[in-house]
Amino acid sequence: MSAAKLVHGYEVVIGFETHTQLSTKSKIFSRASTAFGAEPNTQACAVDLALPGTLPVMNKGAVERAIELGLALGSHIAERSVFARKNYFYPDLPKGYQISQFEIPVVQGGEVSFFLGDEKKTVRLVRAHLEEDAGKSLHEDFIGQSGIDLNRAGTPLLEIVTEPDMRSSEEAVAYAKELHKIVTWIGICDGNMQEGSFRCDANVSVRKPGASLGTRREIKNLNSFKFMQQAIDYEVRWQIEQIEDGRAIQQATVLFNPDTGETRAMRTKEDAADYRYFPDPDLPPLVISREWVERVRSEMAELPRVMAQRFVSQYGLPEYDAMTLTQSKAMAAYFEETAKACGQAKLASNWIMGELSRRMNADDLGIDQLPVKAAQLGALIRRIADNTISNNAAKHVFDALWPLEMTTASGAPSMVDDLIDSMGLKQMNDAGALEVIIDEVLAANPKNVEEFKAGNTKALNGLVGPIMKASKGKANPAQVNALLLKKLG
Amino acid sequence: MTDLHNKSVAQLAAMLKNKEVSAVEVATRFLARMGGNPHNAFLDISSEVTLAQAQASDAKIAKGTAGPLEGVPIAHKDIFVTKDFATTAGSKILKDYRSPFDATVVSRLRDAGMVTLGKLNCDEFAMGSANENSAYGAVTNPWDTTRIPGGSSGGSAAAVAARLTPAVTGTDTGGSIRQPAAFCGITGIKPTYGRASRYGMVAFASSLDQAGPMARSAEDCALLLSAMCGPDLDRDSTSLNVANEDFSRTLTQALQGLRIGIPNEFFGEGLASDVRSAIDTALEQLQTLGATLVPIALPRTELSIPVYYIIAPAEASSNLSRFDGVKFGHRAKDFSDLAGMYEKTRSQAFGEEVKRRIMIGSYVLSHGYYDAYYLQAQKIRRMIADDFQQAFSQCDVIAGPVAPTTAWKLGDKSDDPLANYLADIFTLPASLAGLPGMSLPVGFGASGMPVGMQLIGNYLQEARLLNVAHQYQLHIGHHTQAPGGAA
Repeated sequence: MSAAKLVHGYEVVIGFETHTQLSTKSKIFSRASTAFGAEPNTQACAVDLALPGTLPVMNKGAVERAIELGLALGSHIAERSVFARKNYFYPDLPKGYQISQFEIPVVQGGEVSFFLGDEKKTVRLVRAHLEEDAGKSLHEDFIGQSGIDLNRAGTPLLEIVTEPDMRSSEEAVAYAKELHKIVTWIGICDGNMQEGSFRCDANVSVRKPGASLGTRREIKNLNSFKFMQQAIDYEVRWQIEQIEDGRAIQQATVLFNPDTGETRAMRTKEDAADYRYFPDPDLPPLVISREWVERVRSEMAELPRVMAQRFVSQYGLPEYDAMTLTQSKAMAAYFEETAKACGQAKLASNWIMGELSRRMNADDLGIDQLPVKAAQLGALIRRIADNTISNNAAKHVFDALWPLEMTTASGAPSMVDDLIDSMGLKQMNDAGALEVIIDEVLAANPKNVEEFKAGNTKALNGLVGPIMKASKGKANPAQVNALLLKKLG
Repeated sequence: MTDLHNKSVAQLAAMLKNKEVSAVEVATRFLARMGGNPHNAFLDISSEVTLAQAQASDAKIAKGTAGPLEGVPIAHKDIFVTKDFATTAGSKILKDYRSPFDATVVSRLRDAGMVTLGKLNCDEFAMGSANENSAYGAVTNPWDTTRIPGGSSGGSAAAVAARLTPAVTGTDTGGSIRQPAAFCGITGIKPTYGRASRYGMVAFASSLDQAGPMARSAEDCALLLSAMCGPDLDRDSTSLNVANEDFSRTLTQALQGLRIGIPNEFFGEGLASDVRSAIDTALEQLQTLGATLVPIALPRTELSIPVYYIIAPAEASSNLSRFDGVKFGHRAKDFSDLAGMYEKTRSQAFGEEVKRRIMIGSYVLSHGYYDAYYLQAQKIRRMIADDFQQAFSQCDVIAGPVAPTTAWKLGDKSDDPLANYLADIFTLPASLAGLPGMSLPVGFGASGMPVGMQLIGNYLQEARLLNVAHQYQLHIGHHTQAPGGAA
């Protein structure tokens, strides 16, 4: 690992706790729906309302999603984990306790790897545990009172906790993006950050290099990657200022205000509650057999890191390319289809990571909205590979394919050859015709010929330009070079 | 038929099936006896609901679609939530609360055809041994109205003893079925933990709470237990995935060769001599029926008191958090902020014993105390369960007293919670181990109050307990005796 980036001489230490809302149709301990956006309290059943006599019953789908995450991140999946009650009073917590996992979580250890620039980073996980979400308190629309919406109460969450392994806000955001990619890839979470399906808490501290860990403050509920970076950067600056001014950092929970760009303490450790955790007697220990784990594994799609390894071994791609192309399932599928169509994996990778990504970003399109289909890009790359067109000419064809109105012909690989023909971009691979042009250009530029022969190799460029121009760009530059050298040699 | 109230569940079921009497006649007879609410046993009644159910039963009997207990009346401890009656759990905090659903036990008994007479008084949230902790007043013992009926299912026991109903449900967390059954001279059984669904039981201590029937005889308890038990896996995660049984099937089995374990620790200094002599007599009678007595040891019997009074309040402190004035039940009128609302609501509406247990429970779960109290208690709880397994390697059932004394006078121990706790000593061990236990009447003490004998079986051995009790009751008629004025 390279030396940590320092901020005013301080090392930044960040750990993450991410609440991922699991994509089950019903709640973690009841049969009520988890759908977002319904009228308040219409998706809360007797169990969610904590009516007397109600009891929790585990949703197996939530457990399977936890198993999937554990498999995706190389974690240990506990054969026996325990649900505990976290006791505290709040109006949107109907039972007066939250059912969570405390001492023995279902997912233990594991890691998340990603590239930060060219550098590969690995963040270790401590655990991931299942728990239920609380409801929402609505303070706006009720004068002098608060409204309670319990639709969200009992929604399944998987809280994913890392070691304090991150050393910059950029690394933290890259981790969060990678985790987001994984949970959406394996389909355990819809990843919708606006709706709160993927909420991050960042534990931030600073220290002088080599010193023991500083006191941390926890920034709660970061629900966009942009705010995440702003909040951490602000928090780091604030903590360094405090320390520089001789004030000790107090452990605290803070909130980020996107309007002011500042973090502000909600509560300090002194008023931290005693949650009186104890095993929930309503739920027997969660037992996960090896058979269950293997069944889930057999039903899972290929994981991004496994797919990336395969791209390296099967297509001979560099690891960076393989990681980049496995950013999403759709991107990976696009690559594989393109590579299959042209038989040129590295070229396909270059095109997707280069030209295609540039156009996608410029037009703000998703991989599933591309006007150029993988088969077309494959056909185009095939024409570069067989020297029908130059790489440069291919870019013109690509541009021509891109903004075309969608028609019945759209997406047909044959369009590539049609465009090459109609745009007249076919490379002049006929040596005889090229020699005629070269002879004409040499005759017209005796000065350059003389200079080249005198040892000025740069004079060659003065000859290539006019030849390319005379061929209307269709000459193969490599072939031009070779013929020129032969004639001048 | 003026003696309908003296008929057993089995007799009533047969008479109804043979159309010797209608369900409406039976219900009317019992509703009449309940008039004026003798012994303060009932908390909610509704003759309209009861008679409507009885009419429906009569229609089913006429059509030939009757359930096994069609038309037989039952009343439920107010710990079971019910759609058709209010459910208070004996607490002010749930005054007038109406559940949108029936407890599984209630709906299963309805499915068997039983007609509901109403809801029965009990200690607040089932916390008590004398029924003096009900927010709706104490229940009196039909054998002597200056005495307590036992608790927490005191209303249930008194109602059966006074012939206000042939059958009731109770709940037993640390003895709340067995002890009031003993004090009121009736028969009651707490099945193995997980046999009866807890769905719809207002939770006191989740790892201990268990529903069970109370009636006059073991034969009736077997019929009721068969109707109310069985897996409820979609609603109660602690429900046992064990097929339901016909608990009546072995009632007639002879006791030849039965080994009855006698725990030395149940017959020590604290046991009143009149209780002891009634138990001794019953044990002699069982021997004449073919049983042999085997001395066994349950060495941690005394520890069951501190263990229980750590675990049960710990769970209760958490289970009762939902009564916060936000969603249902009582909410204080004047408060300045959220914390004030919680404080006032809960201070006003919880009784002293409930508050005491919430305090104890919160304390033993607190950071820094958890290991020393809760965790330690759980360890000893497992040892107590192991002791029973050791004992059952030598015997088939265990017998002993239900309580150290007979029913005491109202008010005698009401200011002394510790004395109440100590009186639970013989019922707590089976509760902590999750074992089935029952109480059957075996005579009377010095003050003329009933004495109950406890039978404890190994897991899922309810049928064996009922068989032993039934064989006793075939020969000895204490269960047929009624308190003065009840017959």
